[in-house]
Amino acid sequence: MAFLEIRDVKKRFGGTDVLKGIDIAIEQGDFLVLVGPSGCGKSTLLNLIAGLDQLSEGEIWINGVMVNDLHPSKRDIAMVFQSYALYPNMTVAENVAFGLEMRGVPKPERDAAIAEVAKTLQIEHLLKRKPSQLSGGQRQRVAMGRALVRKPQVFLFDEPLSNLDAKLRVEMRTEIKRLHQKLGATIVYVTHDQIEAMTLATQIAVMNAGEIQQLGSPKEIYNRPTNTFVAGFMGSPSMNMIPATLASDGVQIASGNGAPISLRLPRGRTHASSGRPVILGLRPEAVTDPGAADRNGVITDANCHVEVVEPAGSDTFAVTRLGGVEVIARMRADTDLKPGQTAPFAFNMEKAVLFDPQTGSRID
Amino acid sequence: MSAAVHAPGLKPGRIVLYALLALFAVFYLLPLFVMIVTSFKSLDEIRLGNMLSLPQQPTTEAWLAAWQTSCIGLTCEGLKGYFWNSIKMVVPAVFISTILGSLNGYVLTKWRFPGHRWIFALMLFGCFIPFQSVLVPMALILGKLGIAGTTAGLVLVHVVYGLGFTTLFFRNYYEAFPNELIRAAQIDGASFFQIFRRIMLPSSGPIIVVTVIFQFTNIWNDFLFGASFASGDSAPMTVALNNLVNTSTGVREYNVYMAAAIIAALPTLLVYIISGRYFVRGLMAGAVKG
Repeated sequence: MAFLEIRDVKKRFGGTDVLKGIDIAIEQGDFLVLVGPSGCGKSTLLNLIAGLDQLSEGEIWINGVMVNDLHPSKRDIAMVFQSYALYPNMTVAENVAFGLEMRGVPKPERDAAIAEVAKTLQIEHLLKRKPSQLSGGQRQRVAMGRALVRKPQVFLFDEPLSNLDAKLRVEMRTEIKRLHQKLGATIVYVTHDQIEAMTLATQIAVMNAGEIQQLGSPKEIYNRPTNTFVAGFMGSPSMNMIPATLASDGVQIASGNGAPISLRLPRGRTHASSGRPVILGLRPEAVTDPGAADRNGVITDANCHVEVVEPAGSDTFAVTRLGGVEVIARMRADTDLKPGQTAPFAFNMEKAVLFDPQTGSRID
Repeated sequence: MSAAVHAPGLKPGRIVLYALLALFAVFYLLPLFVMIVTSFKSLDEIRLGNMLSLPQQPTTEAWLAAWQTSCIGLTCEGLKGYFWNSIKMVVPAVFISTILGSLNGYVLTKWRFPGHRWIFALMLFGCFIPFQSVLVPMALILGKLGIAGTTAGLVLVHVVYGLGFTTLFFRNYYEAFPNELIRAAQIDGASFFQIFRRIMLPSSGPIIVVTVIFQFTNIWNDFLFGASFASGDSAPMTVALNNLVNTSTGVREYNVYMAAAIIAALPTLLVYIISGRYFVRGLMAGAVKG
């Protein structure tokens, strides 16, 4: 049995199905990120694991114990909230130790635990302050300290970084990852930020409308999305989805002016059903200027009309139009492309994904 | 522009405004002034008829009389016994109604149950029931409980009638209190009452002060319930003051009446002055992002 197992969990609020049967299993030390747009049910699922909400159907097991009917404090979990939820009337030290105090841990042990956690998180100098005297990043650390001090079996994070400014968010992201590596803790982390999901997770569950769209490692999710939702949600800029037609050795895309573009698929990925309409999924980094293309890939060059050029510092994104939709290409930073120009683009089909236009599912 | 703002001297409009405000203030304070000066005068001096003049020979006789020897009904032991009656009534009544109100507010916002809106609506409705309409049923209940005509009975009446208001105050205050704090405390293993005592109450300073001032003033100043449910020796201060003024000994001792009235009003004034200082806002700052 897996360390944390969620079996066919359903949640209804009134007449609405918020979760429609969730199955997840992760091992000890895994970092599971629940990611999805607002209202997809990811926070609800986290609350169910915490025991802050009652599930309608299904089972949740933590380390061989079914926790469905256990009070949150008995589940051996700790949670970091989006708003930090620090007790305003207590000092940092009291905040960190409150859970231990409630569990009847004697004062000397509590003090030792506070000192240890404070050292790990570098908040020793803040211990005597009240939460109102802390900055956002410091509050975040204290909130994590409160979770760490209890040494729970599972850590739950509910969008912990979304109240921080961009720079601090990146710092704390690294900090959380470092902590995970150091402690080997099992973590369930909710976010709507797909970059956080990619950077932190060992397992990602992409959710939408109360269902898991795909559960897998960040690499699997990124390279082999099961459907167009996952493909579009993960990655920034998001994957290009180009209407195309299957041909004997690849796909054909209608180009705005002139002959259709033929793109060859890697050997073994060709499909017999010629003429079938498909959606070709190509990440922006798979559409580049010929000079920057990875020549080990399956490259086809084609002339495209450049509509917009967006320099982003490390790269320059060029927008063109293929099969009637906008296609974003990731060019070298120093490219000399100009809007209105027609220039050769290199299409790397190594990691191309095909989807069924009706169902949106991936075609293998 | 800034020169205009900091212009030395007052504009005519301002002068008129301040003069008017000063006039209103004098008008408003005049009765208090008359009360104070009268209470320090002897009866002979009062008979001279000059209400606004300062006492020629200030004396505290009237104050001592009001406190110790004035006649209320048939006994002439002053107000002091009734003053303690009021204290014995107001302290438990304020304490109990405030604690119960905060518990109600805590449950109605953080431990919601089906029908919580109805309960709250009914409690609110209780705030608007005219007190006169419940006198008879309340008297019956107090009689059945065997506490009619006692201070304990009066405390019960004031707690019951204060609950609507105290619940309203605390509910609205706790409504803005972040739910995540309660959830965090639950995960930390705190019980219902531990969360209340360790997290809710310590963050409730401002609303406790508001509730205490409100309840103290209402209960201390109440006359109707006091006159209806606690007669004779257990009557509160307000009723005793009324009886003092209405007890005829042939002479109308205005100086004693004034001193007695000031004594009756003093505790509410003190509560304002003392608790007002603790009325500090922003105790919640930092609990959540802000």
